Amino acid sequence: MPAAKPIQRGVVTDMAVANKKMKWYPGFREITLACFFILYAPLIIVMIYSFNASQSITIWGGFSLQWYEEVFFGIEAEKFKKATINSLIIAIMAAVVSTVIATAAALAMVRGKAFKGKSLTFGLINLPLMVPEIVTAVATLIFFSVIGFDRGVLSILLAHIVFCIPFAYLPISARLQGISSIYEQAGRDLYATPGQTFLLILFPLMVPGILSGFLLAFIISLDDFIITNFVKGAGVETLPTAIFGAVKQGIKPNIMAISTLMLTVSIVLVSISYLISRIGRQN
Amino acid sequence: MAGMASPKGNKAEASIVDGRLGILLLPSWVVIGILLVIPVLIMFVYSFLTQDFRGGVIWTFTLEAYDQFFIDRGLFGDEPAQLEWTYILIFWRSFLQAFFAMIFCLLIGFPTAYFMATSPPKSRSFLLFLVTIPYWVNLLIRTVSMKFLIRDTGPINEWLMAFGMIDEPIRMINTAFAVQLGLFYSYLPFMVLPIYASIERYNFVLSEAAADLYTGRWTTLFKVLIPTVKPGIIAGCILVFIPSLGAFLAPDLLGGAKNFMIGSLVEEQFKGQAGDWPFGAAVSMILLTIIMIVLLFYARSQTNSAGRGH
Amino acid sequence: MRKLTTLMTAATMVFATGQSIAAEKLSIYHWFEYIPQELLNKFTAETGIEVVMDTYDSNEAMLANLKAGGMGNYDVAVPGDYMVEIMINEGMLDSFASSELSNFGNIEDKWRDVSFDMGRKHSIPYQWGSTSFSVDTSVYGGDINTTDIIFNPPSELKGKINVLDTAGETLVFASIHMGIPQCSTDKEQLKALSKMLDGAKKNWASFNSDGAKDVLVSGDAAAGMIWNGFGAKARAENASLKYAYPKQGYIVWMDNVVLLKDAPNRDAALKFMDFLLEPENAAAVTNYARYAAGVKGVGKHLDAELSEALENNPPADAPAGQFVQVCDQQTQGLYDAIWTRLKK
Repeated sequence: MPAAKPIQRGVVTDMAVANKKMKWYPGFREITLACFFILYAPLIIVMIYSFNASQSITIWGGFSLQWYEEVFFGIEAEKFKKATINSLIIAIMAAVVSTVIATAAALAMVRGKAFKGKSLTFGLINLPLMVPEIVTAVATLIFFSVIGFDRGVLSILLAHIVFCIPFAYLPISARLQGISSIYEQAGRDLYATPGQTFLLILFPLMVPGILSGFLLAFIISLDDFIITNFVKGAGVETLPTAIFGAVKQGIKPNIMAISTLMLTVSIVLVSISYLISRIGRQN
Repeated sequence: MAGMASPKGNKAEASIVDGRLGILLLPSWVVIGILLVIPVLIMFVYSFLTQDFRGGVIWTFTLEAYDQFFIDRGLFGDEPAQLEWTYILIFWRSFLQAFFAMIFCLLIGFPTAYFMATSPPKSRSFLLFLVTIPYWVNLLIRTVSMKFLIRDTGPINEWLMAFGMIDEPIRMINTAFAVQLGLFYSYLPFMVLPIYASIERYNFVLSEAAADLYTGRWTTLFKVLIPTVKPGIIAGCILVFIPSLGAFLAPDLLGGAKNFMIGSLVEEQFKGQAGDWPFGAAVSMILLTIIMIVLLFYARSQTNSAGRGH
Repeated sequence: MRKLTTLMTAATMVFATGQSIAAEKLSIYHWFEYIPQELLNKFTAETGIEVVMDTYDSNEAMLANLKAGGMGNYDVAVPGDYMVEIMINEGMLDSFASSELSNFGNIEDKWRDVSFDMGRKHSIPYQWGSTSFSVDTSVYGGDINTTDIIFNPPSELKGKINVLDTAGETLVFASIHMGIPQCSTDKEQLKALSKMLDGAKKNWASFNSDGAKDVLVSGDAAAGMIWNGFGAKARAENASLKYAYPKQGYIVWMDNVVLLKDAPNRDAALKFMDFLLEPENAAAVTNYARYAAGVKGVGKHLDAELSEALENNPPADAPAGQFVQVCDQQTQGLYDAIWTRLKK
């Protein structure tokens, strides 16, 4: 991508206006607006109604924080607190482990020379993306049941690590592809060991990619419902399964409050990863 | 483009990962191998076992599950065998819904991606940020908010009635329309992002050239731009199609669980009441096989078009 | 790589020790929205036993999940009458002596020698009630005491009907509508049943069990199959909902707390069962779930309006309800097939 830009700019500058006109298509802006409207309308409605004072979720009864109070101090607070802690433990550990695995794999795949089975390995790493979640869930459930593995937090964690790997791998390998190998060669020319070269030169350059891989894996794990629902054990809930249990019986205002809180957390995390990637680009 | 990074081919040989490929790849091989490949193989074996009453299996090999899927012998098994349409219809319906979700996502997603990619760089990254946020919000919550929005007593109907535009609420919840809307809404960002990435990489000099040949705006779009960014479009289509195919939150929460989709049919065999594990495994295997075939065709078409490029 | 192994080992240790240092525990597998959290808190306060609970929305789903590896994880579950019999036949229940429960004598006499568990060796009563349906009388003003409401609805209700998403109760209810005996193996009857359901489904909006109350209260449905206590809760949120006692008949049931085989905390499970046989606690469940307890002496602890509630008092001309019968495996297979065909 960086290679293509200068050429484009050089040729086109004097025709910038014509170019702009050429790029324009009637209706595309309106469709874009519609697209953003569709994406955001339900989320915004939920946010608004989470502050509704009325017990009924369809009638607006004034502004209130009572549902947030219920989330934190209500009778079900303990249940949701436990589920949140489970979710966070699982998401952090799954993200750490899958990021380490993905980083190692990305180094081998991007920096390693061609080897037999390279495309097979690439396919394997991306396999969790290709297999529909419901199939992965079924296969994992049967697997744990065959080997007699106790279903609980650990079984959820193991399942999450697998499907987080490709999500961590994508940004890391993309970042690595963008780092010129000149840096490593310079390091090697100065007689640095491969380990030193990696730690002192390559790793710092890879950090933005690794961080966004980690965040991606973290959110994917935090959000997973289908697989977790299949492999979770007795009394072990994650936030999505706890929410599912609650919403099956109807949408209550406290669920909207939880949703709004999760939305806020997501926005904060995306913003962080967005800022990191911008800093990364400036370097 | 990454290949250009190493200026001298020989030097690349001295990569820091030389001789460590095995160690670096071992974790991913082991983890994905043990926790995904082997489980899928075991699931394959399970699809040939005998069902135990309401959950579990008996280790006797049989083709019962596939027989149940493909062959209809009537309710009592005494009628002449003919093709069973029940499950094929469920697959057909799921494919159709996933297909339409894909088409709708493409119709809205392509212009959006195009508009984003051709905006000034500053607003471009902000638009990208906006389009990714909903994708970070739990799918469950997004589906539930959609349910809340479109129900008879939900805000859309209430507002339309308050403004006197309709007298009776428009029936949206628990219809095929709702499921379609839910799928579309759930996976729209998956369509926008890859298309955006490839349009951003697109060299508009090509369009310029086409314009110089006095080709119309739309001809340029369809004859020059779209063929060039095709990989991004196909990637987006796959990313929408595959999860839509196995979805069960949208049919369950928005469609009223009236008709099985592939996802809910499988779920019913394990978490629901049917408890027919071999059958659930067989349905999963059939789904997986179909998807692998589709992906294989995609891979083939990719290598073909790459070959044509040279 | 070594880092990774260390990490994994550390993680395993965290989970392993996490389990062993925890105080005494009890794992309950229960219906959704069927026990007040306050009561569980009270149990923990009295005994120091920590309670975890998972929920299900049909007897069949509970059975399937227990067989799918849930056994050995849960201590008690709360199956309905016929499901207790199935679970006994499957060897999934542990037995206890009546002397192990100090409150065993509190079980009402008529619920002690029940056909599904003679002498109560595996189970104690939890709540009993009926399965029928509620109708929004602001949408439909006609006679509601007929199963036609669900299976052959008047035009006002077409497209606004919810049925329970469970083969067990919904198919039995349909059989009652057609006057077919349960566990029928008569081909013509079953074919007619399947055909009737196919026709009726066109008028249904949804299949939903745990949302059975919400669909009625929110107006997504104007008539829906529901359990009597859940129907009472629905009426509390929308006064125009009325629970029906159809003249063709309806289902009665009793849910029971059972001791599961391989229960990891058998003692805690028995303490919990004993706790639930305490009249005050049984009444707390009844006040919450709005059914009826099978326990002596609950009367003085019950909410006043409960005894007059329409849902708990069938009209004089209503027929007696039927319990769901256990079919043999082959017959059950036929009903399962009808169900799958219905939802195709």
